Amino acid sequence: MNYLVNPNVLKDDVTLEPIRAGFGRGLKIAGEADKTVVALCADLTESTQMHLFKEAFPERFIEVGIGEQNLVTVASGMARAGKIPFTSSYAAFSPGRNWEQIRTTAALNNQPVKIVGSHAGVSVGPDGATHQMLEDIALMRVLPNMVVIAPGDSLEAERATKLVACNGKPTYLRLAREKTPIISTEESPFEIGKAYVLREGSDVALMGTGTMTYHLLVAAKLLAEKGIEAEVVHVPTIKPLDEAVILASAKKTGRVVTAEEAQAAGGFGSAVSELLTEKLPMPVKRIGMNDRFGESGAPNELMEHFGLSGRKIVETLEQWLKDTPRYHQE
Amino acid sequence: MTTQLTIPQIEQKAVEIRRSIITMLQTAGSGHSAGPLGLADIFAALYFNVLNIRPEEPEWSDRDIFFLSNGHTVPVQYAAMAEAGYFDKSELLTLRKLGSRLQGHPEREKLPGLENTSGPLGSGLSQASGYAYSLQYIDKNPHRFVYVMMGDGELDEGNIWEAAMFAGKYKLSQLVAFVDRNNIQIDGPTEEVMPLENLKAKWESFGWHVIEIDGHNIESIIDACSQARAISYQPTVIICHTIPGKGVNFMEYNYKWHGIPPNAEQAKEALEDLRTLGGTITHEGGGL
Repeated sequence: MNYLVNPNVLKDDVTLEPIRAGFGRGLKIAGEADKTVVALCADLTESTQMHLFKEAFPERFIEVGIGEQNLVTVASGMARAGKIPFTSSYAAFSPGRNWEQIRTTAALNNQPVKIVGSHAGVSVGPDGATHQMLEDIALMRVLPNMVVIAPGDSLEAERATKLVACNGKPTYLRLAREKTPIISTEESPFEIGKAYVLREGSDVALMGTGTMTYHLLVAAKLLAEKGIEAEVVHVPTIKPLDEAVILASAKKTGRVVTAEEAQAAGGFGSAVSELLTEKLPMPVKRIGMNDRFGESGAPNELMEHFGLSGRKIVETLEQWLKDTPRYHQE
Repeated sequence: MTTQLTIPQIEQKAVEIRRSIITMLQTAGSGHSAGPLGLADIFAALYFNVLNIRPEEPEWSDRDIFFLSNGHTVPVQYAAMAEAGYFDKSELLTLRKLGSRLQGHPEREKLPGLENTSGPLGSGLSQASGYAYSLQYIDKNPHRFVYVMMGDGELDEGNIWEAAMFAGKYKLSQLVAFVDRNNIQIDGPTEEVMPLENLKAKWESFGWHVIEIDGHNIESIIDACSQARAISYQPTVIICHTIPGKGVNFMEYNYKWHGIPPNAEQAKEALEDLRTLGGTITHEGGGL
């Protein structure tokens, strides 16, 4: 199926909405559809947008206070009791603080606990490095049984939430705080485990997850002005990875760029690199945070500062594309 | 259970469980001795009186739930489960071996009858609280109970006290927690490693009903559980004072047996000890 990109995505007046807002709507819909859906929060109910569920289903909302270890382990017990528990906090705290509990009581125990980490990435802004979670993708994608999803916008987050409620597996859903452009439409497809080609091109494949797909669309437009036709692949599911779509775009273009609002080490770019190393070795450039923490600042200012905006990505890629010939498979 | 066992019969089950523990640990060549031996009486009481379960139907929907939080003591649970008929006792000898359903620390998906996966300490009380919350507030089913075993050293974990606050806040009256108060942990006596006292006052201040018992007295264990089920406005913790290594003379009270198994010679001596109950009887008893 062709992916329908929001026709206004590159316009100045593109609609903006926080990705977490889509989660809030999706959770309420999931709760209407299935009475076994429950929601647990660690004192951040409105920040993580769980308040919509709480207002609709107060008897199925559980406030656990500021205790992220308890958050996921109580959820594990509820899953054993036949419930579908969604847990939410900031990603820095869950899965940041409670990773072992997630590993043992959700992943190894193979219970369908949903870990919803909001406020991921540097675009959290002024709160600074402590609250800008950058290591969560790496932490979560190495866990057996775990599904890892970073929706690209609020519409996708809503769809992802509804699907995650029914997938029967421990799942990490990565959300962002700031308003970000809507890249999809109500008609765009979304399936767990699928990647989507948003723009076709043959000179390089730009692959993004979460908030970064938008910046790759901007980068592709700027590259086109310089005569470089980039393919843009949106990869909202980091685990399991859509190998077929990624390999097809890689084969077509002969060089791959990955982008994530997270550590470049161990995360989405690493997942793509691992795949290509084993199945189709070729040059890969990983865009992300390069072995450093974030800092306080305005969200857009930080994206520029750390080289994550479309304009900055193009600056990085211009030289790399000159130095890096396309790989042609015989 | 379909047939109610008498207290002496349950006591004999505890002896059988201890014998299984010695044999399986010696065969495995690694594992924890003191904790499981100290817990044998409680597990005999649980699996042969307290828990409403069907060993032939582990996922029976009306069953009581038992979570083991201190997963390293799982040999006692395996031994009790085998004794109760969940699986054949011969399988106990596969403990810790490649391909065994009896993992070194319990894995729910490996063995029907286990309710959780544990080992890293501190998470069981939360899991039990989640289950109990679900019964009390969502299913609104007052007829099932959730039991959880914790070690005393495990109470060093912050996660435990997060759960204690949670269960206290929500007055989870279908939750019954045990603390195995054997006073030892790997690095030494609990009161030297990280003092826990006043333990009773701690739990009470978190909103719990506290019962203290001799964890080797079957009647006390059964009575305490009965009292816990009758209390309908708060969770109950039963602090079970136990002797680590109980039943094997040379292991009793000795923290060095926390994390090691007996060798063949020591196992022989231990089984002899258990057979004669420390030399107090000179013939095979029980009549089972």
